[in-house]
Order: sequence, then C-alpha cells, then structure tokens
Amino acid sequence: MRNVLAVFRKELRSYFASPLIYVVAAAFSALCGYYFYTDLLHFITFGFGINIMENFWQLLFLDIRKFLLFCVPFITMRLFAEEKRLGTIELLFTYPLRDGEIFLGKFLAAVVAVVTLLAPTLVYPFLLNQVQPYPMLPVFTGYLGLLLLAVVFVSCGMFISALTESQVVAGVVTGGILFGLWAVSWNEAAVDPQRLQAVRAISMFDHFHGFSIGLIDLRDVAYFAFTVLLFTHLTFRALEARTWRGRR
Amino acid sequence: MIEVRELTKFFGAVRAVDRASLSVLRGEVVGLLGPNGSGKTTLMRILTGFFPPTSGSARIDGLDVQTHSLAVRRKVGYVPEQVVLYPELPVRRFLRFAADVKGVPRGRCAGAIAEVMAACGLEEMARRPIRKLSRGYRQRVAIAQALLNDPEVLILDEPTVGLDPRQTVEVRSLIRTLAGRCTVLLSTHILPEASMLCGRVIIIDRGRIVAEDTAAGLARRVEGVARTALRIAGSRREIVAALEGVPGVDRVEAAEEGAVADAATARFIVVSREADPVRQEIAARVVGRGWGLLELRPLEPSLEELFVRLLGSERRGTGDA
Repeated sequence: MRNVLAVFRKELRSYFASPLIYVVAAAFSALCGYYFYTDLLHFITFGFGINIMENFWQLLFLDIRKFLLFCVPFITMRLFAEEKRLGTIELLFTYPLRDGEIFLGKFLAAVVAVVTLLAPTLVYPFLLNQVQPYPMLPVFTGYLGLLLLAVVFVSCGMFISALTESQVVAGVVTGGILFGLWAVSWNEAAVDPQRLQAVRAISMFDHFHGFSIGLIDLRDVAYFAFTVLLFTHLTFRALEARTWRGRR
Repeated sequence: MIEVRELTKFFGAVRAVDRASLSVLRGEVVGLLGPNGSGKTTLMRILTGFFPPTSGSARIDGLDVQTHSLAVRRKVGYVPEQVVLYPELPVRRFLRFAADVKGVPRGRCAGAIAEVMAACGLEEMARRPIRKLSRGYRQRVAIAQALLNDPEVLILDEPTVGLDPRQTVEVRSLIRTLAGRCTVLLSTHILPEASMLCGRVIIIDRGRIVAEDTAAGLARRVEGVARTALRIAGSRREIVAALEGVPGVDRVEAAEEGAVADAATARFIVVSREADPVRQEIAARVVGRGWGLLELRPLEPSLEELFVRLLGSERRGTGDA
C-alpha cells in the first residue's frame, strides 16, 4: 500500500508540475461552460423548461462525454511512454516495486487528474438548483456514469501508453480507439438488424445513455467493469513484455 | 555476494552477454571494464532485475535474481548509465519517493534522506527540481537514491561518464568512501578509473569475460607500455629515424589529426617500454638536432592497448596449448 501511495504521489506531482494539465483543464472547462450555456438555452426555448433530466442534463452529459474523449488521452499519454523515453522506467523497474503497485499508483493518479477536470462542472447542478429546485439525485447518477467512463478511458490510455515510447503516438492511438468505440454505432441505419445488437453492445457510448438520464443499468456497469479489466490485463502483459526479449 | 554463472543474453540474433561467469565477495569493490557495447550494461541490468537472462543464473546474496526479484531489488542500489531522474521532482521529494518504495521505515525516512544528501553533497540542492541541476549534481542524486536503505550491493553503471574533470574527481572520491560500506560493482571503459577505484577488475569484451585481475596486476599489465604524444617541427623522415634510434622505443606511429598534415610540423605517438627515461632521451635528441620540440605529452594507457595485449596473450596461450 505504501508503495502504491508513493507512486501515486510522484505521478500526481508530475501531473501538476507540468503545464499540460492546466491547458487541458482550461480547454475542458471552457467547452463545458459554453455547452452548459447553450444546452440551457435549448432547454428553455425548445424544452419549455420541463423535464430537466431529458431536455437538459442528458444533452450536457453527452457533450461532456465528448470532451472527455478528447481530453483523457492528453492525461494518459505520458503514464508509461514518458518514463520509457526519459529512461526513468529503468529506475522504476529496478526498485522493489511490483508491477501491480506501479500500475495502481499511476492509474489512481490519472483518475484523480481526470476528476480534477470534471470537478468544476459540479457547480452546474447546484447553480441550477439555486435558480429552480429540482431532484438532484439523477444528476449525480449521470456524474457516476461520467466517472466510470473516465475510468474506462484511463485504463485504455494506460495500456496504449505502455506499448510505446512516444507520448504523441500514445495520445493519438488512445484517442483513435476511444473515438472508434464511439463511432461504431453512429450509422445505425447501415448496419443490418442482427449485427446492430452486437455493435451497440461494444459501443462504449451507448452504455453511457442510461446514466445520462439518471438510470443505473447493471449491464452498463458490467460492461464498464469488463472493459477496465480487459485493458488492465493487457497493460500487465505489456509491462511484462520487457522480460520477453531474448527468451529462449 | 554476487554470483553469476554462465550468463547469456540474446537480443534477437545479437549475443550481448556470452556465457559470463563472475563472483564478487562481500565488501569487495569490483570493476567491470570494457569498451562501449561490450555487454556491461546488459549484465548489470540482469543483476538488477530489469530484464531476465536468456540462460544461466545470477544470484545476489544467495537469491536468484529471477525467482526472488523483489528480494534482490531490496538489497541492491543501482545507478543506471543514463542518469535521467524525474525532471520535475525536487531533489528531496524524489529521494522521499525512493525511500518510500525501498521500504525505509517511515520514522527513519527524513534521517536517511538527510544522511545520503550529506554523503553526496546535496544539502543545498534539496528543493531544486532535478531538471535544473547540472550533470554532476544529477549523478550525485542518482548515487544518493541508490544509497537509501543501506543496500548490501551497489551497482554503478559508468558512474563518471559525461562529467567534467572536477565532477569526475568528486564522484570518484564519493565512490571511494562507499568502499567500506557495501559491495560495489561498477562498470567503466576508462582504464585508470578501474585501477584507481577497484580492488579487482573484470575485463569484458563482446559479451565475454576475457580476463580478471587485481588492480595492481592490471597496472602491471599496462606498465609495459608507455605512450608519448609528440609534435615536432622538422623533417618527418629524419625525425622518425631519430626517434626509432632512442633506446627503449618499441614503435613510432605517425599521428595525423584530421586532414591537415602541416608540412612543417609532424605528430607522432611513441610507444616504449619505459616512460620517463625514454621521454627524457627523446627531448634531448630532438633539441640536440635543432628541431623544434612543440609538444611532449604522456598519454594514458588506453583500453585498446590493454585489449591488444590481453587478447594477444590469450591467443598465444591457446597456441601453446
């Protein structure tokens, strides 16, 4: 546990010592703020100010989801790629640390970094509640969904970062994979009905829809959990790969 | 303390380490001497558990580096060749991280960190981010982190490479102070460094261990060759003839630096069995002939020279048998 904490603290320190996270957080906050404003306008003019969950929060959550997709790769790309490029990975791997401890420390730090992106948006539900009280619990379900989605994104980004020395490659590939998992169910009309089920099942974003209107579906939770476990497993294999070279 | 048996490591088709065996006793300071690319780093990375060998075994304090990797890594302090530490972390923060992961008891952390910072002369740099440190200070931080938790074995990969002469001297004296505290295995491609710091020297070439000797023995092997660089103004052919005529001179090599062969002055390297008497005689003769003695500089015995001798004698050895 102490080792995990040590890695976690080091990673967090590295995150907040570099300007990147502030730039990403600024862009994320600006986009969220703008869409908060436009979605609110939409809610008032087209939604007639009724059914706030479907006419406002769902729209906003789906927008935030998009921004997460573009921002998380910037957070995760450095996790292993930077250490490999710098050479500090040699230090890390020769310290008495288990791979699991390294993984967990980095993973938690990245999740915390993403949560700091999301945290300022928590002002919105309280702000609206000041203007016009409404049931807030479904909104927090939406936030739970965003958090789960962020955890999936981080686990994916971590795996890709463990594969390469280049942060740029790690970021672009992670973004590509996440985008692909979103885009796979875009053109539903073109997919024949039998396959549509399967396509929807793997689309990471379809599994978020329930959360965005305040519903927790165990199937969605299971999907997220499975995806995280899959990427975690792959990350461990990628870390192990250093021992494969020169094996007979 | 360190036991390496028939260790082999392949990278693809390249055999980086080839059936290397060596042992280091507790408290010894042993040098791994070899040119760049001879397998020193690979050998050390196997010992520190960075990657496993293709075949053979390595034990530290009786523990196999593969099957007891964590336990071995707890006993070893390692300074990698490329000293790139986390650039954004301040020195003390980084050492705290190292102390945590190395399992220094929580209550002792501050004391242990202060101790290694004092040993490495880092007190004034405690709050400075590592990226703002000079190469020499980074090397000290790297050594400081290796010393945390009093490792039984210290593995230093080319600890003075890339340092300026003053920093080199400082790091060498730092290593000398460690000699009594733990078992040290250090690699270098600088011959005098090995004989200066190490009680015993293991010579490695193309992945194979070609010789093993005490520092004194190594010095003796090299003693037979003194190399002197000369720059003399005068007729090249006459100079060569005169130099070859000096008693004790084995060989005169023309040393042309770059493409510019200045017609009026010529550079030579004289290889002789003895150093000072020969140099004295050369100077006397050159001046006596009225040539201009522009430069007379003793050259440090080179690793190449040693290799020629070692491999030469090895070849002779097999010829005799």
